[in-house]
Amino acid sequence: MADQHPSGIDRLTGTATTGHVWDGIRELNNPLPRWWVWVFYATIVWAVGYWVVYPAWPLVSSYSAGMFGWHSRTSIVTDLDDLQKLRGAMAGKIAAAPLQAIENDPEMLAFARAEAKPLFAENCAPCHGTGAAGAKGFPNLNDDDWLWGGTLDDVAQTIRHGARAADSQTRGPGGMPAFGRDGILKRDDILTVAQFVRSLSGLPVEPGADLATGQKIFADNCAVCHGPGGKGNRALGAPNLTDAIWLYGSDAATIVEGLWNGRNGQMPAWASRLDDTAIKSLAVYVHTLGGGEK
Amino acid sequence: MQAAAPTRRLTDACKDSGCSLYRIAERATPENDDPGSEPPLYVAREKIYPQRVRGTYRRAKWIILFVTLGIYYALPFVRWHRGAGAPGQAVLIDLPGRRFYFFFIEIWPQEVYYLTGLLILAAMALFLMNAVAGRVWCGYLCPQTVWTDLFQTIERWTEGDRREHERRNAGPWTAERVARLGVKHVLWLMVAWWTGGAWVLYFADAPTLVASLATFEAPLVAYAWIGILTFTTYTLAGHMREQVCLYMCPWPRIQAALTDEWALNVTYRYDRGEPRGSVKKNEALRARGIPAGDCIDCRQCVAVCPTGVDIRNGLSLGCIQCGLCIDACDAVMAKIGRPPRLIAYDTDINIKRRLDGLKPIYRIVRGRTALYAAIIAAVGVIMLYTLATRGHEGINVIHDRNPLYVRLSNGDIRNAFSVHLLNKALEERRFILAVEGVPGAAVQVIGDNESEAGEPVVAVGPDQTREVRVLVTARGNPTGSINTPLTFRAADTKSGEAAVADDYFRWPAP
Repeated sequence: MADQHPSGIDRLTGTATTGHVWDGIRELNNPLPRWWVWVFYATIVWAVGYWVVYPAWPLVSSYSAGMFGWHSRTSIVTDLDDLQKLRGAMAGKIAAAPLQAIENDPEMLAFARAEAKPLFAENCAPCHGTGAAGAKGFPNLNDDDWLWGGTLDDVAQTIRHGARAADSQTRGPGGMPAFGRDGILKRDDILTVAQFVRSLSGLPVEPGADLATGQKIFADNCAVCHGPGGKGNRALGAPNLTDAIWLYGSDAATIVEGLWNGRNGQMPAWASRLDDTAIKSLAVYVHTLGGGEK
Repeated sequence: MQAAAPTRRLTDACKDSGCSLYRIAERATPENDDPGSEPPLYVAREKIYPQRVRGTYRRAKWIILFVTLGIYYALPFVRWHRGAGAPGQAVLIDLPGRRFYFFFIEIWPQEVYYLTGLLILAAMALFLMNAVAGRVWCGYLCPQTVWTDLFQTIERWTEGDRREHERRNAGPWTAERVARLGVKHVLWLMVAWWTGGAWVLYFADAPTLVASLATFEAPLVAYAWIGILTFTTYTLAGHMREQVCLYMCPWPRIQAALTDEWALNVTYRYDRGEPRGSVKKNEALRARGIPAGDCIDCRQCVAVCPTGVDIRNGLSLGCIQCGLCIDACDAVMAKIGRPPRLIAYDTDINIKRRLDGLKPIYRIVRGRTALYAAIIAAVGVIMLYTLATRGHEGINVIHDRNPLYVRLSNGDIRNAFSVHLLNKALEERRFILAVEGVPGAAVQVIGDNESEAGEPVVAVGPDQTREVRVLVTARGNPTGSINTPLTFRAADTKSGEAAVADDYFRWPAP
């Protein structure tokens, strides 16, 4: 112990030792800083106070409720109530105003669009996409092609009651029959009419396609819903086949697939999930994306 | 060797004054590297009792103190008529309204680049001051210096000047000492509170806020900020003082790297002062024809120093170059009948030149100062020009990202944009919105808007912005590129003043 100072100070480092020695290795006494220790004690005291004031300990069938009965659930309910109060004046105006009036008033329009944006992201975006650009089988809401109508009232009606949904006032009835699978049309007829459908919107057809026969098959089987000229029927949700917009795709294979297996696109009814103000705001939002009809 | 030089100089400079920096430097030297006797990392502050002084520089500091603090405390109450609906306060930072008012200037958040310009001007002014006369900022203008000066004055009023204060603090706790200390802290807190109070007045209508503060109806945030600034002022100016300059402030470090040998500094002219000695001894030497210095080692320069350094040891980090030692020394020189300015604004070069029997030279105008002045002038002119010619309208356009374009049923392509129109005038204005760049493009604004000659017209309220959703529809891609440059133009229907913004029209990939 030659390098050990009599006072217990380690000569090399100048630090006091604890007096503990293991295999000749001495333990230097480097205690935690005082301030740190006191902060640590303070956190313990704080924790005890926390147990008393807030819900903390799990009990057999319940938990310790805390002095003031604070609950995270009541806290969020209060916050939501405050939010409703904050929005109250404008929300009241939206609730009372006809749809067109909302769109004509810059202040109400801005409020409705701002309110609808997160609603759309939560409820509509899973199918229609975050930018409402749609996907195969799910309509793009930005364009001017509407299956069930594009006026404000039409849009609001579709949101409220859905399409081919479990709702007494829903859009419908049923979708496109499975002409191939159910044996209504023969395979060759389906291929022929698919070429005719492409020709309706001016898309190129296969060389040697028999459009006259296709037209006849169309008149017999498709015109009932899609109309004699293929312009569609909004009462039935039958798409316009003469325009540039295709819900599933414009290539022959996709058209044949639709003819063979049928199409039965659906949209849920939202009246039971969203309040009327929210639906009105959403209708205005969708209508003002760009494709809204007068 | 070169690397060790600054430490040495610092050590020398501080040795006699006994400032705490000296001990830090001393600890770092190799001879003190004995591990068994390592001193603690923390050095307790030694209280400085700066003595009262009179003279040219003290007067300059008083004037600057009164002018700068006067501006700070009184400016919120200055009124400026802008017209109905606009605030009547000359200088106002309207955070909820997102506006900054400065007399006839109104700055919008979109124009925050003026702040950049101001910061450049401030930095260059600081550099120019430094190039001309070292730490002018530290000695005369820095808020830390000004408020510390004020607090030290209060301290001298209540607890007495240097000697009296020192003597009392060394003695027992008497009722009088406690009373004087109490009065000092109350006065300090009042000044600190007033400082915080003036600060919040810049953020709201001052007379209204004063009334609501007095009746305890002001928003909590106002009281909180007054509290915070009361605390910082009381702590920084009352208790920390020179430690802020020594340990906290970055400027002394930057300043030391920026300065050069031509910058004027508060300098002890040792060519004149040394060898120092008592009045009688030096006069006796002079009488015998032996050269003697003017410095009588009275230590008045140290006594008045607010940071407690001895200027006779040369420049140091602790010296804020306030010039109070010049005043103290001049007073002594007058008493002993020697010429003034033994300590003066000078350079080391000139001291060496005088020792060599040469005339001193001063180079206030040199490359460095000319460059700083040129930058200040250029930035100032650019700012004034943009301020004078800026429009009272603005337009910002954001292209919809999702989807980038929409195909319509007739094959047309449509792009959607969020367009923000800014009306900085104090009356409602109507803007015709048009696009250029895509032939045959049609513009439509969502909502119930008027139109003029087929183009949509958007009304924007006074001093407001309005966001509208704008649809641009076009047919047939003229270039084959998927992006066609598109320019939005919002023109005032009355005056024709217009704001433009560039964006792109996006086509589907071929």
